Amino acid sequence: MKFAHLIWCNLRRKKLRTSLTLLSIIVAFLLFGLLSAIQEALVGGVALAGADRLIVREKVSIINLLPVSYEARIDRIPGVDFSTHQTWFGGIYQDPKNFFMQNPVEPEKFLKMHPEIILPADEEKAWLATRTGAIVGRRTAERFGWKIGDKVPIRSTIWTLPDGSQTWTFDIVGIYDGKDKGTDTTPMFFRYDYFDEARQQWGKGKVGWYTIRIKDPSQAAEVARRVDAEFENSPAETKTEPEGAFIQGWASQLGNIVFIVAAILSAVFFTILLVTGNTMAQAVRERTGELGVLKAIGFTNVQVVVLVLAESCLLTVLGGVMGLGLARAITPAVAHQLAGLLPLFFLPARALFIGLGLSLALGLVTGVFPALQAMRLRVADALRRM
Amino acid sequence: MNETKSNNGPLVQVERVGKVFHRGSEDIHVLTDLNLRVPAGEFLALMGPSGSGKTTLLNLIGGLDRPTNGAVIVAGEHLDPLSDHALAAWRARHIGFVFQLYNLMPVLTAERNVELPLLLTHLSRAERRKHVETALAVVGLSHRAKHYPRTLSGGEQQRVGIARGIVTDPTLLLCDEPTGDLDRKAGDEILNLLQSLNREHGKTIIMVTHDPHASVRAARTLHLDKGQLSNGEVK
Repeated sequence: MKFAHLIWCNLRRKKLRTSLTLLSIIVAFLLFGLLSAIQEALVGGVALAGADRLIVREKVSIINLLPVSYEARIDRIPGVDFSTHQTWFGGIYQDPKNFFMQNPVEPEKFLKMHPEIILPADEEKAWLATRTGAIVGRRTAERFGWKIGDKVPIRSTIWTLPDGSQTWTFDIVGIYDGKDKGTDTTPMFFRYDYFDEARQQWGKGKVGWYTIRIKDPSQAAEVARRVDAEFENSPAETKTEPEGAFIQGWASQLGNIVFIVAAILSAVFFTILLVTGNTMAQAVRERTGELGVLKAIGFTNVQVVVLVLAESCLLTVLGGVMGLGLARAITPAVAHQLAGLLPLFFLPARALFIGLGLSLALGLVTGVFPALQAMRLRVADALRRM
Repeated sequence: MNETKSNNGPLVQVERVGKVFHRGSEDIHVLTDLNLRVPAGEFLALMGPSGSGKTTLLNLIGGLDRPTNGAVIVAGEHLDPLSDHALAAWRARHIGFVFQLYNLMPVLTAERNVELPLLLTHLSRAERRKHVETALAVVGLSHRAKHYPRTLSGGEQQRVGIARGIVTDPTLLLCDEPTGDLDRKAGDEILNLLQSLNREHGKTIIMVTHDPHASVRAARTLHLDKGQLSNGEVK
């Protein structure tokens, strides 16, 4: 710590150069934070997906519906605990940019299937007692200011009511929270019996996909095979896969997200490496004489190396902390703007730790060559350059 | 690091030392078979024309460079066998340097510059501060402790350099053209200070200079020419 003042003063030597380098590092780590949040939003659900849940969808495309009669047959398959279904409603609340998911479900089985959804018992009871009742996640409720008792009109782009209208009205009977930070609390769920009875003929008796709870997660692949075998050669063949893979599949439609994010960040950090490396190399070159003086008065080669590395790491860690801090600060505001597109937008703690580690590694890498240069300086030669 | 070996011999012994610099295919013999003895408490001036090897000799005595042949012994310590790491530690303990161009860190205040050698010791912050205050008081710059080098005159900067050189109470003070960059008045102040350190504090000082006006302040003057000493020890 007694060298801290010397290190800090050397860093402030050329304020403009240091400031610009620091700014570039801050921007790099801000980008790192935001991209990490995007990646988490798109594929983070994979980690939270239930290991004991499988998704059954129509083999050709999820757009194609499955008969509701499949439920009983699925429940009889060995290894299946129970199953339930959901259907894509595709509704719009006031404006298309207000998008959030709304799906008809079987309330009791749905809540049993998804223990990560926390709904107070009295609200569950109200839902079961109200055919037009709907529960909505806390994020969407707060976004639109909905309260229990509100009637909300949702215009479906797919489903039509008998009177020809596409605007469905639901009664908000419950607001649910997520058990984990990563649980999506943007969707709205309403009763399938109301939906199926009210919708026009097209699609009646059909559902979008099934979710299965299996008895033994280690048997997931075998149970999936059995389910698909059950409906092989039927008019609606199925594709059954673990929930995590299903979520991954959605994200993959945008491309290999992980690869894209890694590629962008690699390019950014490589650039920062060059910028910071140049800054440190210049800093050491300009101080050849001073380093010679330090060695003359007794600083060892190791101490000189440590001084240079410490300066480099201080610069990069400072930039990293500020960039990540800024990302963390603005993420809620960005999340609010992207609520419809990326409901689970947040900066995971894991990304913060990785970012800090990267900032330290950046400092070490950019500082090592100038440090070695400083170490190799011959004192007598260096003093001549003063 | 070895402790100072007490002996009744000279503080500095240079025995049959030669130094050759290799510049491409050319060998430059800067010092040749040079002998020198400096007793403790002496103020010695080394004079000579440019390129005579004065700074080279000073660097060898101060452990900043190694002789091509011969031995340098300071305070009973043979310098040549010491590793670079050990030599650095030895310098920190035994040698104070005063440079022609002061060589202060521009980003540090006067007191922080003086403190630099003390960072290599185990002294506490309070103890370091006390040593710095003492050193600045000796050179008469207590009132300028918080000033940066750029706000100090040349003479004041050199006094800070001297304070830095003596703050660890080194065995030997090596001055390379300490008045070379100063006007006559400022130079005289520096020479007065060096004489005071020698006479009142018993500091052993070896000063390289090309200025006869400076050399008369020393107790003894030796001339270095073409790598050999005259008016000094006989080889």
